[in-house]
Amino acid sequence: MNLAEGVQIVSLGVLAFLMLATSLGVVLLDNIVYSAFLLGGVFISISGLYILLNAGFVAAAQILIYVGAVNVLILFGIMLVNKRQDFTPVRNAWLGKAATAIVCFGLFALLSTMVLATAWPISSGPIAGDAALVEIGKHFFSDYLLPFELASVLLLMALIGAIVLARREFLPEEMVDSTDEVLTLPERRRELTSTPRQ
Amino acid sequence: MELQYFLLLAAALFCIGIYGLVTSRNAIRVLMSIELLLNAVTLNLMAFSNYLDPMVIRGQVFTVFVITIAAAESAVGLAIVLSIYRNRDTVDMEQFNLLKW
Repeated sequence: MNLAEGVQIVSLGVLAFLMLATSLGVVLLDNIVYSAFLLGGVFISISGLYILLNAGFVAAAQILIYVGAVNVLILFGIMLVNKRQDFTPVRNAWLGKAATAIVCFGLFALLSTMVLATAWPISSGPIAGDAALVEIGKHFFSDYLLPFELASVLLLMALIGAIVLARREFLPEEMVDSTDEVLTLPERRRELTSTPRQ
Repeated sequence: MELQYFLLLAAALFCIGIYGLVTSRNAIRVLMSIELLLNAVTLNLMAFSNYLDPMVIRGQVFTVFVITIAAAESAVGLAIVLSIYRNRDTVDMEQFNLLKW
């Protein structure tokens, strides 16, 4: 990274503020559509942090996969599950939230003391920089070849599993009767599809 | 000193993600909180890769793997949420008692 030190510090501060604010919005806002859009903000600011960490390729992959695929998938999920229901209030819900908040603050305190107390062996050697892409490619096809191939098998399994889980086996009764309409995609019961239509 | 900034940031993101994971009642928000957790972990990995291992960058390789797994996880998770929504007609986490005994 060829930026000056001050520019790096300022952009780190701006990105950190953006990331924390948007992630708090994801967790705390009531409207889930706002949460989904703010989640895109979290992903984009994290990819900015990756650029500060001299990793342009992973930053681009982060934007492509998270904002382009995962966030859009979550938005589709929200639209498919668009039931406007008010959740029935649970008794003493604030107690659980307060306890969770205390536990999370404690975890953060523990982690931050650990981070600040550890003497990290910071390397002062050369930085890969723009050659990182070549290095990642070498890793993928030499010492991380087996995880790389397993990842492709896992993606195929996830694809098939998602289709099998989300596929609607049959339509409810009132929709089965109206399948002779044009421009609809009939997904009838299996035993109905095998019988000849009148 | 900059490594600590990134680690603290990742720790804060992780704690926010855990808070959302435990307290949210919409099942899709739980999936979003899991994405926040995964992003906190990858931010840690990238910081270590840049400051402790800048020439061999194994952390970036692991980050790419984590991003891959996260994409698969969110696809399967949303499929499970859709299938539960069809069967139970709700996405309220308090009303899912499928795995209780």
